[in-house]
Amino acid sequence: MQTTALTPPKKPKRKMGKMARREELAFWLFILPWFIGFIVFSGGPIVASMGISLTEYSILQPPRFIGLENYNLLFNDELFYRSVFNTVYYVGVSVPLGVTLAFLMAIALNQKLRGQTWFRTIFYLPSVVSGIAVALLWGWLLNPDFGLINYMLSLVGIQGPKWLYSTTWAMPSIILMSLWGVGGSMVVFLAGLQGIPEHLYEAAELDGAGEWGKFWNVTIPMISPVIFFNMIVTIIFAFQIFDQVYIMTSGKGGPANATLVYVLYLYRQGFEYFKMGYASALALILFLIILGITVFQFAVARRWVYYEGNDATGN
Amino acid sequence: MAISGKTVDTKQEQVESLRSPTGVGLWQRKSFQRIVRGIFAYIFLLVGSTLFILPLLWMFSTSLKPDVEVFEFPPRFLPTSWDWNNYYLAWTALPFTRYLLNTCIVTFSNVLGNLISCSLAAYGFARLRARGSNVLFILVLATMMVPFQVTLIPTFILFSKLGWVNTLLPLTVPAWFGWAFSIFLLRQFFMGLPRELDDAARIDGCSYFRIYWNIILPLSKPALATIAIFGFIGNWNNFLGPLVYINKQELYTLALGLNLFRGQYVTYYNQLMAVSILSLAPILIIFFFTQKTFIRGIALTGIKG
Repeated sequence: MQTTALTPPKKPKRKMGKMARREELAFWLFILPWFIGFIVFSGGPIVASMGISLTEYSILQPPRFIGLENYNLLFNDELFYRSVFNTVYYVGVSVPLGVTLAFLMAIALNQKLRGQTWFRTIFYLPSVVSGIAVALLWGWLLNPDFGLINYMLSLVGIQGPKWLYSTTWAMPSIILMSLWGVGGSMVVFLAGLQGIPEHLYEAAELDGAGEWGKFWNVTIPMISPVIFFNMIVTIIFAFQIFDQVYIMTSGKGGPANATLVYVLYLYRQGFEYFKMGYASALALILFLIILGITVFQFAVARRWVYYEGNDATGN
Repeated sequence: MAISGKTVDTKQEQVESLRSPTGVGLWQRKSFQRIVRGIFAYIFLLVGSTLFILPLLWMFSTSLKPDVEVFEFPPRFLPTSWDWNNYYLAWTALPFTRYLLNTCIVTFSNVLGNLISCSLAAYGFARLRARGSNVLFILVLATMMVPFQVTLIPTFILFSKLGWVNTLLPLTVPAWFGWAFSIFLLRQFFMGLPRELDDAARIDGCSYFRIYWNIILPLSKPALATIAIFGFIGNWNNFLGPLVYINKQELYTLALGLNLFRGQYVTYYNQLMAVSILSLAPILIIFFFTQKTFIRGIALTGIKG
């Protein structure tokens, strides 16, 4: 009674009452598994890794607080810079090539031609079978003496390089292999292309646009959100490359650290040398790099990504 | 959304047969442009698809070669005799049946766990009003951006304190507690279902759980199938997880087994390819049977994302 005298009665609050509280309880029950998982397996660990990165910790001995020493070591660690360089090399070459290739493939598949289902299946299949078996297959394909690739190069009179055994060609080998898996991006592009309404092309034709005109003024702007999406996703995944390199170089990142990518270095520090503090510092730096690049891409996106006037459905 | 198809082709032909008798200069030029474009696309598709299929054919051909033919140069594309025995030799060289079983346990448990925990959370986020639900959903989105490696070290420490290293638990338990990407995908899908269905069921006295179980889930089969397939492939191919947590050979998954085989039988490329093909077989089978769901699913993630 007193409270009602102090503050004007809030009608909606009364109305919510029992039903709303039950709905709220139900909400929490439904999301409970995720919420526990979030605390234990993602939110908690992220906070914990900040703490661990300030310690020297080998699991066997209790952690010892050393402040920012890990970061200090890291910024003076030649192999850290090497792994950053190698990863940026991989991302910088494989992502633009991969996205372009996927886009070209999607455009070719979007033409009204016979046999498109077959072509699509063939292009898409390799991206599905990614994994260890594929890395083993490419190790064999790139075999300098008996591999299929050097054989095919020899048919056109080129002496193939030593691929994974050459410091110059090891990274291009990995990039080449990654291009075989662009089918996933391709399908996303294809869906985007097929979502472009036909009337836009018809309108452009009425205005006298040729094939190129339609491509530059209709297709490109309409597909730009999909290009943007594919860039974001492929860059995030490319920074995390590990499996293929680990398999193809027997976990060494060789020759002479030519393929020592970031996550491989992190794995080595954490699970070969058991330097949990140092590995956590590496992981956080990786997170900051990825976050920085993603934020940057969103900032730049306004200049080139075209969004149709948003309707209520938000598509 | 139909991705290519015969109906389009035939419609195109009809339109052309209607137009061609009245052929004027301008139309001629346009049709010429279209033909050139078609030829270019065909050349690109033929060359591209040949290059893309070749590694798989080469893998298959190598797997059937007798030992002496593996290191022939120039290589022959078809083995003189098909040596199916390679498959048997490779499979029994290491306990691959055991590895297969472990992989199946991990994969099926994770797919099931993911479907249940993620659809529950997604229903909560899509349909139920509660204070703070928006903030929590932003957390879901945020965790999608966090690379797996950031949580790897602390969770490894946690699991090793629990004594779970060298058990399958670190590989299976987390999947029962949701995965941000699937939650996001399912929530988007649930939001697209008409709310009137829920309201009607509420009026009839259905509990939230029954609405979720009897109305929402049956209507969401395409989205659930997408998540199941993605989950299957992701778990089947997972390498870093088992590499970090499993040292005991009897707990190895196929991915670790393949890596071990490669280390021990370096030069037996025929057997290596044979066992690789066997490890991919389930994925290939699923791919060919569910290609449509697959591609629809990718379109779903791509466009909504």
